[in-house]
Amino acid sequence: MFGYEFYLDPERCIGCQACVNACAECDTHKGVPMITVDYLDRAHSIATVPAICMHCDDPTCAEVCPADAIKKGEDGVVQSALKPRCIACSNCVLACPFGIPKMMSKLELMMKCDMCYDRTSVGKRPMCATVCPSQALSYVTPERIERERREKPVNVFQFGRQTVTTKVHMMLPPEETALTVDIVDFLWEKEAGE
Amino acid sequence: MAERPIPYEELIARHGPHLNYTPTGGWDEQREKPLDRLVKTHCCFCGQQCGIQLKVRDNQVVGFEPWEEFPFNQGMLCPKGVKRYLQNGHPDRLLDPLLRAPDGFRKATWDESLDFTARRLTEIQEKYGKDAVAMYGGASLTTEKAYLLGKFARVALGTRHIDYNGRLCMVSAGTAYKLAFGVDRSPNPWSDIPKAEVIFVIGANIAECAPITTSYIWRCRDQGGRLIAADPRMTPITRNADLYLPLRPGTDLALLMGILHVILRDGLENRAFIAAHTTGFEAVAKSAEAWDPLTVARETGVPPDAIEKAARWIGGAERAIILHARGLEHQSKGVENCLAVINIALATGNIGREGAGCMMVTGQGNGQGGREHGQKCDQLPGQRSISDPAAREHVARVWGIAPEEIPQAGLSAVEIMEAIHRGEIKGLLSICFNPMVSLPDANYVRAALEKLEFFGVVDFFLSETAQFADVVLAGSLQEEEEGVVCSAEGRVIHIQKAVDPPGNAWQDSRIYIELAKRLGKERFFPYREPREIFAELREASRGGVADYYGITYERIDAELGVFWPCPSVDHPGTPRLFEGGRFFHPDGKARFQVTEWRPSGDPVDAAFPVFLTTGRVVSQYLSGTQTRRIGALVDQFPRPRLEIHPRLAEPAGIATGDWVTITTRRDAITLEASVVRTIRPDTVFIAYHWPGGQSANRLTHRTLDPRSKIPEFKVSACRIEKADRAPEWVRTELPPGVAKPGRGLPVLSADEGGR
Repeated sequence: MFGYEFYLDPERCIGCQACVNACAECDTHKGVPMITVDYLDRAHSIATVPAICMHCDDPTCAEVCPADAIKKGEDGVVQSALKPRCIACSNCVLACPFGIPKMMSKLELMMKCDMCYDRTSVGKRPMCATVCPSQALSYVTPERIERERREKPVNVFQFGRQTVTTKVHMMLPPEETALTVDIVDFLWEKEAGE
Repeated sequence: MAERPIPYEELIARHGPHLNYTPTGGWDEQREKPLDRLVKTHCCFCGQQCGIQLKVRDNQVVGFEPWEEFPFNQGMLCPKGVKRYLQNGHPDRLLDPLLRAPDGFRKATWDESLDFTARRLTEIQEKYGKDAVAMYGGASLTTEKAYLLGKFARVALGTRHIDYNGRLCMVSAGTAYKLAFGVDRSPNPWSDIPKAEVIFVIGANIAECAPITTSYIWRCRDQGGRLIAADPRMTPITRNADLYLPLRPGTDLALLMGILHVILRDGLENRAFIAAHTTGFEAVAKSAEAWDPLTVARETGVPPDAIEKAARWIGGAERAIILHARGLEHQSKGVENCLAVINIALATGNIGREGAGCMMVTGQGNGQGGREHGQKCDQLPGQRSISDPAAREHVARVWGIAPEEIPQAGLSAVEIMEAIHRGEIKGLLSICFNPMVSLPDANYVRAALEKLEFFGVVDFFLSETAQFADVVLAGSLQEEEEGVVCSAEGRVIHIQKAVDPPGNAWQDSRIYIELAKRLGKERFFPYREPREIFAELREASRGGVADYYGITYERIDAELGVFWPCPSVDHPGTPRLFEGGRFFHPDGKARFQVTEWRPSGDPVDAAFPVFLTTGRVVSQYLSGTQTRRIGALVDQFPRPRLEIHPRLAEPAGIATGDWVTITTRRDAITLEASVVRTIRPDTVFIAYHWPGGQSANRLTHRTLDPRSKIPEFKVSACRIEKADRAPEWVRTELPPGVAKPGRGLPVLSADEGGR
């Protein structure tokens, strides 16, 4: 859908799994969800977080694939592995900085979210973002996000020395510009230049 | 006299719950074979009644598609709505009427089953009197069915005793709203929620029991609104609460009185509104004097400064909304709790305006509509009182009988069980109700069912309750009969018939119409289709409080729902009640009501030192008759667990995954522990959707609120002990395919989901 973007806001997740169940309904993957929702630490918190493919500009999964099985479309959507090419080596599963691809061992195929290509190509929103009752997943225009939300959409992630830019945006507190997920970035040595 | 015909284990092996994972025809057919149609209708589960489109192929619902144009949910759904279609083509579905037989249940013809039912009902009434037969209804039924049941009880059977599972749901709020406002309905449409400056959620697990309402609350916060949440457990919405009040079970009234106390102490009340639009303020103000924050803190366990802050936020807001649900209602002072909410709304003038009000979050699909038109023991259609002579005259005229032929008010749901125990009620005809799971003190319920001389059940699956029946009449799913329901916000909406009942199952209304014929009352039940029942219901409700006269199926479709009261076809409906401070009492004023503190009917003491509270999980619905048969929903939360804080668990040597025996003054059950820091250390929690050895309601007690007759599910006293071995139910009661215990804390996503 032209002009729409995907926004992920884990803070709003209520753990209901409407997204997981709705994703599984897609007849292209027949009961298998391409999204996960989990507790962060149930013993200490009710917080849950959904995990979907972030659709990287330079997808690490594709870079490490020895069989050239993972393709990114012109729309920026990174597809599931092509079945004739995938050799089920799990390189992508191990390499993805967000931990998204799953090896379907029964099918010997890596499968992951393709942002509901079959829906978005005919003017429908992705299933998970349509059913989500708590705006943890939304597929709306950037203008609407700008108008309605105080949090800031961010699509630059810093994993150590690797900067990853993604198609999917994550909602962060207004003052943040990028999400850093490496302790190195908090060390004094970094400020000192190494 | 009517124990289960064969052992429980054999019954569930035959009739389920079995788990259905795939649509009829399988995934390949889903992909390759075109659909016959998409049907715009509503979810069959909770009171939000989300719009949904059902995929239909070969007279089966085989999937769903979001319905983004329906304004309430705009395509949003919870997992129950997504998977509800798997009731279609389910292996447990009852396809024929069943009659009790020595080796279980045997298939029977409709003639044989209905003749038998009518004969037994007649025999019992001739022998013991009309009131020896009682009826149960339910709030998942369409309003047409609910209306039909009320009329059937009073006209076809002539019994006083008809009540419904809504007695476990909204009756405390309904009683309170009628006392204070003269009408039983949430005063505000849900679209008001984002417009409030302050939202106070008390006794409502919004995220799990009314998930779509979460979006309304988050939108309120986007616009700068603040969220206050009061609950003994951290429920999912508390993660974004601006103020969380972790109150002790059963002390909501104290907290609410404390908030009112601070509002009045600090002069935050709306004197002009109180003077112009209310009565009884002075007495309530006086009653609040004793509830200073320190006293309230001692009672509730909520810090005094948090009570002050909540009161200042609510009292200082131009627009505040209080949302409340079963947490307030399921107490021996359920009506008082709801009245205390209303008193705060009235004192601050937060009512009858956009973004300002108190709103009950009705639980069941037709929780609102199902209680308006006559299946409640004390009401006639249109929310009319059965003891009001004018109401009796009006309804008798519509029904074509004399007013004195309408019986007087009968007993409520739990009281019917007690009357069965006393031997006063000998026959029971039940639909849409699974008291073996949903009523308190389940052993007492079982003993009552065993005493019945006749027990007839209408259902689409053989519920735990239907296992005790003499006859089970195979009825219809929501998607198999047209009708209307009224959602939590007062919006009357249209349930479409998507498919015909399978096999020899019948539409529910046909079953009662055919029974009426056999009882010699055919001329009072001449309906050929639900539309004709609705036409009569409109007349019966006309001029009543819940006036549906101006609502038609066509208007609902064109306007995407019509809010009652709607007294004429050119009336736009009433999304928001009480605008301009006009209430439904004859003087137009709202009535402050003094509340009375009453202790729990099952107090904690040295022998039972821990509070037990019960509730729901997002993936299951009520007694689970439907949702315990849907594979993905069962996988999400396969069994009840005991939620317990480490401060309570560790001294008892209890770790996550351990078996723990919970004992109350009724019974004991053994469940796995989930040791979590998200529940008060003096309280444990169990979700109640399961039967048998996993049944939380074997532990709960039958104390009722004296006015609403709702049971006190939310407050029991218990003790907990680590158990040395797995309980018997693990071996005998788990449906095939359900994950066995032993996975530690709940995990949401499996590594490779689906089947």
